Amino acid sequence: MDAFLHQVLAGLATGGIYASLALALVMIYQATHLVNFAQGEMAMFATYLAWSLLNAGVPYWPAFLLTIGIAFVGGILIERVVVRPVESSPVLAIVVVFIALLVILNSVAGWIYTYTLKSFPSPFPQQAAFKYMSPHEIGAIGITLVVLAALYVFFRFTPLGLAMRAAAQNPESARLVGIRVGWMLALGWGLAAAIGAVAGMMVAPIVYLDPNMMGGVLLYAFAAALVGGIDSPGGAVLGGFLVGVLENVLGAFVIGNELKLSVALVLIVGVLLVRPSGFFGRVHVTRV
Amino acid sequence: MKRNIFLIFLLLAVACALPFLVSNYRTFQLTLVLVYAIALLGLNILTGYSGQISLGHGAFYALGAYCAAILMDKAGVPYWATLPAAGAVCFVAGFLFGLPALRLEGLYLALATFALGVAMPQLLKYHHLEKWTGGVQGIVIPKPEAPLGLPVNADQWLYFFTLFVTLVMFVLGWNLLRGRVGRALTAIRDHAIAAEAMGVHNALYKSTAFGVSALYTGVAGALGAIAVQFVAPDSFNIFLSIVFLVGIVVGGLASISGALYGALFIQFVPNIADEISKAAPWAVFGIFMIGFVYLMPTGVAGAVRLLLARRRTP
Repeated sequence: MDAFLHQVLAGLATGGIYASLALALVMIYQATHLVNFAQGEMAMFATYLAWSLLNAGVPYWPAFLLTIGIAFVGGILIERVVVRPVESSPVLAIVVVFIALLVILNSVAGWIYTYTLKSFPSPFPQQAAFKYMSPHEIGAIGITLVVLAALYVFFRFTPLGLAMRAAAQNPESARLVGIRVGWMLALGWGLAAAIGAVAGMMVAPIVYLDPNMMGGVLLYAFAAALVGGIDSPGGAVLGGFLVGVLENVLGAFVIGNELKLSVALVLIVGVLLVRPSGFFGRVHVTRV
Repeated sequence: MKRNIFLIFLLLAVACALPFLVSNYRTFQLTLVLVYAIALLGLNILTGYSGQISLGHGAFYALGAYCAAILMDKAGVPYWATLPAAGAVCFVAGFLFGLPALRLEGLYLALATFALGVAMPQLLKYHHLEKWTGGVQGIVIPKPEAPLGLPVNADQWLYFFTLFVTLVMFVLGWNLLRGRVGRALTAIRDHAIAAEAMGVHNALYKSTAFGVSALYTGVAGALGAIAVQFVAPDSFNIFLSIVFLVGIVVGGLASISGALYGALFIQFVPNIADEISKAAPWAVFGIFMIGFVYLMPTGVAGAVRLLLARRRTP
């Protein structure tokens, strides 16, 4: 029972990280109806920037905030420069551009920082205060919840959040009332990149820093976003925790650690087949 | 048309002469070009012609490679007999994966196949399969020797064998895509509902396209395994699938000759870029992918077609 509880709680901690990244995916999906395959590598790159800052002697929290800021600007730049020209192209062109972004970010990170593993510090104290979870795990969950709350407040109570929602839901009408839809999309990318950066900095102390660290995490985040419904932020967070727990418990007791990634594969294909809109997503009806 | 046939024979003559003119290592590289060309033709049938995006074709390549390796290593099957087996296994696997994929469109299919591509190495390492797959160590297979005392060495023989298989696969592919089936697939890609209204059985065509595409890629995988003489889980990671995607984008979507251009690109460009940095090939791949999508969406094959058309109508 103890071991089981431990696995569930550890699952919640990694689930928080999947939830953050899933949230970033949902942000971009809501705004543009695109699934960003490069989300994980964007987060990885931001984490390397944080590592550079820390190495340059910047204390953790200022570096943390600075990285989020840089990621935000970087996300906006990527939307403006790379994604915008193919916005109305066929799906294949868009997927190819995202995959290209993925490999470029991955290789540039490898080029600059080499492929050797680097350790990344955790901002939380080392000694365990609680029997089942390390302080970092508790902290990661806390940060996820803070990010979620901040996003909720932003979208629910600020004029800018309202404008962004309007732009995502009905671009034409939004444009008519004077919202600059293009910039709202860019802002969405910026926010997604910032959230991704948080996820990257939270997962790096667990998986170590290397250019390929986000491959598995991205897959779980996809699964989480799909389980929760790809257009529902709350669903994505819940999905993230669910996938985290499921992955950990199944990995520990049922199928073994070797097949963990296949859990994500089965979840993704299963959800897409049985309930494509996820648990909290809206069902889309297309007019012929 | 006559000129085209003349060109194809010229190309064949050059292809036959090449292994006698270059070193064994270059011959091996050319063999891999042919192998990639088959795989790219397979992916092109699915993604280029029928419009179903696959980011996980490395998984079918791996399946084909492992089929060949296991048959040769455990059952002592001769190397040439493993190709039909690998093709058949991959056809079934592709067809079965294609059935649920029917319900997925565009991005979602890309997502599902991406997951397949990422999960494949782990599946191959699974310890209950270790008895056959050799786990992380993989399987080493012997290099086939030239039969009947032919005056060629092993590398040259494998090249000619691969050339023969490539030729057969391309002729079959050409017949398939230039006829009724190809038209039906293109119709589904361009407007699924209209195609259905014209009497095309969408579900059957789409899942068969998945199967045939996997068959091509699987045969390529088997040939690749024989050429490299080694299979291991980590050589079939998600980046292999991405390499194939690069190949068809650069070579030209929905084009048969494009598979050849793409194969040359993915075999030789990394070699050149490798001299700059270990990471450079991927940066080059990425930049080429974006560049081609923006500037030359029909790929090299499209550019060649354009040039030829311009020369004919002055």
